[in-house]
Amino acid sequence: MEKILEVENLHVTFTTYGGTVKAVRGVDFHLHRGETLAIVGESGCGKSVTSNAIMRLIPDPPGKISAGTITFQGKDLTKAPEKEMRRIRGVDISMIFQDPMTALNPTLTIGTQLMEGLREHRNISGDEAKKRALEMLDLVGIPNPEERLKQYPHQLSGGMRQRIVIAIALICDPDLLIADEPTTALDVTIQAQILELFEKIQETTGVAIILITHDLGVVAKIADRIAVMYAGKIIEEGTKREIFYEAEHPYTQGLLKSVPRLDMQGEALTPIDGTPPDLFSPPIGCPFTARCPFAMEVCDKVYPEHSSLTETHSVDCWMQDERAKQLLAASAGTKN
Amino acid sequence: MLRYILKRLLIMLVTLWIIVTLTFVLMVSIPGSPFNSERATNEAVQANLEAHYNLDEPYHIQYMLYLKSIVTFDFGPSIKQPNQTVNDLLGRGFPVSFELGMVSIIFAVISGIVLGILAALKHNGMIDYLAMTFAVLGISIPNFVLATMLIQQLAVNVEIFPVATWDSPAHMILPVIALGTTPMAIIARLTRSTMLEVLTQDYIKMARAKGLSPWKIIVKHALRNALMPVVTIMGTLLAGILTGTFVIEEIFAIPGMGQYFVESINQRDYPVIMGTTVFYSAFLIVMLFLVDIAYGILDPRIKMNSKGGD
Ligand SMILES: Nc1ncnc2c1ncn2[C@@H]1O[C@H](COP(=O)(O)OP(=O)(O)OP(=O)(O)O)[C@@H](O)[C@H]1O
Ligand SMILES: [Mg+2]
Repeated sequence: MEKILEVENLHVTFTTYGGTVKAVRGVDFHLHRGETLAIVGESGCGKSVTSNAIMRLIPDPPGKISAGTITFQGKDLTKAPEKEMRRIRGVDISMIFQDPMTALNPTLTIGTQLMEGLREHRNISGDEAKKRALEMLDLVGIPNPEERLKQYPHQLSGGMRQRIVIAIALICDPDLLIADEPTTALDVTIQAQILELFEKIQETTGVAIILITHDLGVVAKIADRIAVMYAGKIIEEGTKREIFYEAEHPYTQGLLKSVPRLDMQGEALTPIDGTPPDLFSPPIGCPFTARCPFAMEVCDKVYPEHSSLTETHSVDCWMQDERAKQLLAASAGTKN
Repeated sequence: MLRYILKRLLIMLVTLWIIVTLTFVLMVSIPGSPFNSERATNEAVQANLEAHYNLDEPYHIQYMLYLKSIVTFDFGPSIKQPNQTVNDLLGRGFPVSFELGMVSIIFAVISGIVLGILAALKHNGMIDYLAMTFAVLGISIPNFVLATMLIQQLAVNVEIFPVATWDSPAHMILPVIALGTTPMAIIARLTRSTMLEVLTQDYIKMARAKGLSPWKIIVKHALRNALMPVVTIMGTLLAGILTGTFVIEEIFAIPGMGQYFVESINQRDYPVIMGTTVFYSAFLIVMLFLVDIAYGILDPRIKMNSKGGD
């Protein structure tokens, strides 16, 4: 399959009065055409920063992509001039934000906000733009689209607004859609509807989706692959199956134990104790050491190597080291 | 919308009536009469004069006569300058005052907004610091002090601008600066702070994510939202400009309405007091109404019906 996005060794820092926040510290992942990759992790682990970096929407100053490459359709976006980025944003890569209540401009009509991207990037007439806008509203399941065009955001419900935001993101037919917690601000029934909408959209348009979330339930529903992020790094990555059933990183295992599942019978939910490390001075070793039930001395001192378990499944953990495995096997042997 | 406007018009009339009545009460309660200053009037002459201007009638009759003059918009002749009617004075003075006030407010709005936007876009940069220092000075220096300084520096020490009278556009520059600087500074500061806030909003990020040009983002998405608080304070600023014209006209010897307004009170020239007060109040009330309408047009969340908007 063709890779449309490849992020390598991405570093993003923020210079603040209190020091430098190392928000993203060497992130690697890729995305195939038409695929859905979920990035999951606790609040503050750098998910939004990563997605903003792809769009080159990191506020600079204070933020800066300090190293790494973002290759989108063969082009390194970290080196693209702002003018070129403007042609990519909204056209090749689109973004959906978390809160539909604040993502729409309260003083402009839905129609204006929906069509302005088209008018900006495509040389088309007002009538054609309107036709396309109505098509999009229909695709995202908005009744009476003709009327909606003339309405203002405050006249619509949260779920409706998120559909509008999705329509805006899709109107120029992008190849990649980045959705940063698109359902977090919505209530549960609306969440399910929006997720179904994503599936439908992907079927009809073939857009690749990066779905950012801290909700594993959302991930289970629509992701093909999952990247687990912790303290500015991707610590485990694999297909949905591999992450849900064969997770190797203690952090991923902890995350899975902290969400309710249908096949749980009488098991208690166990939250992960402790808090993520301070990103002003992140630990040199594995950042999860302080909270990890399997932590070894080496974890604290050296960051683990990247081990590939299968073609799709990889993890950064010292437990994958041959020596650790041998010792574990030996200890298992003595117990029997 | 229509109901809203009708309701507002009614409220405006009531407001005007209250102002008119208060002015009347104040006027009859200040001691003295228009004829006190004239030395040689004997009692009989004074009584005659008072009878001529209906000043010998009981107050309620005077009040009625006075309301009648307002409704018919005919305030009669001035007591002090009997060959001129109040309408003549207004007709001559108002266009000049209006020009001074309008040019000043336009100057204040345009330069204030531009300065505020520049400061916000160059947040914490050189332009920001300069603009805000300037704004603090502008807010804290009263217009009459600024007027005197401007005259001293730019008309007396260095003779760049003419002062006094109202003959050419060049005559307008100093009075407009004197009158417009404080509102400009207020607008600049307000625009800067709301602009900074608006620029962090999600919908601005969304506009950037659409690949719009920075210029479009500022003008179409940010400015309109940032200007709403500015529109809200326009009423106050207009009232400030209006009272400011009295002072500035006096300092620059501009033949506007201000002179009649101030003199008429000193001289107890009742018809002129009434005429100018009613006229100024009506003007301000209409302006405030227009500001509210503009606000409703700018912000679609405000509904112009009889329930909302007040
Ligand atoms: N403008 C900024 N200035 C300074 N630090 C920032 C800025 N933006 C983000 N950060 C820091 O970067 C880190 C990662 O933030 P990010 O928003 O990517 O987290 P997240 O994973 O999206 O979390 P959430 O689930 O809460 O959205 C945080 O520690 C945050 O403090
Ligand atoms: Mg986030």
